[in-house]
Amino acid sequence: MSDAASRRFNARSLAWSALALLGGWAALAILVHRPILPSPWTVLAVLWRELPGELGRHFLVSFYRVVASIALATVLAAPLGLILGQSSRLDRLAAPFIYLLYPIPKVVLVPIVLLFLGVGELPKIVIITMILFFQILVLVRDAAAGIRPELLLSVRSLGAGRRALWRFVYLPATFPAILTAVRQSIGTAVAVLYIAELFATRYGLGYYIYVQGNTLFDYPRMYAGIVAMSLLGLGLYFSVDAAERHVCRWRSAD
Amino acid sequence: MIVLREVRFAYETPVFEFFSWQAATGEVWTVLGPSGCGKSTLLLLLAGLRLPQSGEVRIAGQVVTRPRPRTGLVLQEYGLLPWATVRENVALGLRIRRFYGPDGRHAPREFSLEPQAVAERVDYWLARLGIAPLAEVYPQQISGGQRQRTAIARTLALEPDVLLLDEPFSALDAPTRESLQLLTLDLCAETAVTVVLVTHSIEEAAFMGQKIMVLTDPPNRRPVLLENAHTPDAAYRRSPEYLAMCRRLREALQ
Repeated sequence: MSDAASRRFNARSLAWSALALLGGWAALAILVHRPILPSPWTVLAVLWRELPGELGRHFLVSFYRVVASIALATVLAAPLGLILGQSSRLDRLAAPFIYLLYPIPKVVLVPIVLLFLGVGELPKIVIITMILFFQILVLVRDAAAGIRPELLLSVRSLGAGRRALWRFVYLPATFPAILTAVRQSIGTAVAVLYIAELFATRYGLGYYIYVQGNTLFDYPRMYAGIVAMSLLGLGLYFSVDAAERHVCRWRSAD
Repeated sequence: MIVLREVRFAYETPVFEFFSWQAATGEVWTVLGPSGCGKSTLLLLLAGLRLPQSGEVRIAGQVVTRPRPRTGLVLQEYGLLPWATVRENVALGLRIRRFYGPDGRHAPREFSLEPQAVAERVDYWLARLGIAPLAEVYPQQISGGQRQRTAIARTLALEPDVLLLDEPFSALDAPTRESLQLLTLDLCAETAVTVVLVTHSIEEAAFMGQKIMVLTDPPNRRPVLLENAHTPDAAYRRSPEYLAMCRRLREALQ
């Protein structure tokens, strides 16, 4: 179920791969030999210099937006997914709506959300939340619905009523699904964050990258912003991945 | 201890009609019948997980309207939490009781167990079922027989006065099954619990039951009841009484 549990590499091969990618970038920069592709060392030096200052502030704003969206989406979607997963009657009502709404690329709604919610933090968080919401809803619903009836019967026979079933079965059974959903949607969330930060804001890595590249033509800074945004995505992905493997120790045990 | 009076129960078709039966305290009953005869339904009725449409099920004088805290249930499919270790699974019933407190609905009113006492009781049953060395591993890492030992330990840790077993040994290989049958009979004799074991195996019904109920095609009105001159040891399996009982059961099923 979890691709995190069955990964076939370790920290060392990960470090080597990162180095190889940097080497590829460096080689390409030498070949191209133009200001629009600075070498990784130039960019990393700028990143190192800028991160404690302006770039760091943009990074923190973007970080806050993604994390707030993940939290909001989890709070909204996980309980709903649990409820739908437990009640096949409610699920039959909701399923066609989810089926219609889930595949719509929410990113095309960015202009509409901005029109309705205006400037400020809220529209950015709402857009990312909309994307995460459906991912979490569907995975949590399926996890709750997939709990074997024998498991529920036998835990009920131990004296569990509704509250204890939630505490001892539904929550632990669906918690990994929340993490899986968040992990799988982090790439999309950061991509949409970039687009959302192109509009009506003066903070965030999306804004920073755009302004450095298209207005100030400061390419090393633009690349530093791109690397910072990649690190944001990677950092979140690694954190959730680690949390998931910790929570799902039982899956990889053998 | 257990009294069924004119119980009627139907899914789409009637399973029990005006069905009456009783079992005295400490008796070990086996219920034998082909699949679809309603024997598992009988167990769910006794467990309070299904309610009769008319008539009543009484245990220890009380009409059963919901799962009773002192009735234990063990299913063929074990019903273990996959994300919890063997020890946590054995402790589950006790933790559920602590979760509710001694409210008389989910846990017996006189129930009070400090965490230390819970741990001691769990250790006792882990040792008694021979699974103490497996306490820290997950259910998917152990064999079917060991899983069923875990499920039995979990149920007996609640000190039930009625123990219901639904095909508990059917998925196990013959040597594992025979040793668990003996162990179960030993433990039941020690704790003076009233036992109802449902099985489709003639040999198991004849070996385990002091008294045997044979169900055939539903709707069941009057069960065939047989007394079994059984001794709970391995030698009984080779005795002429056992072979005669198997023959009688085979005839009763036809």
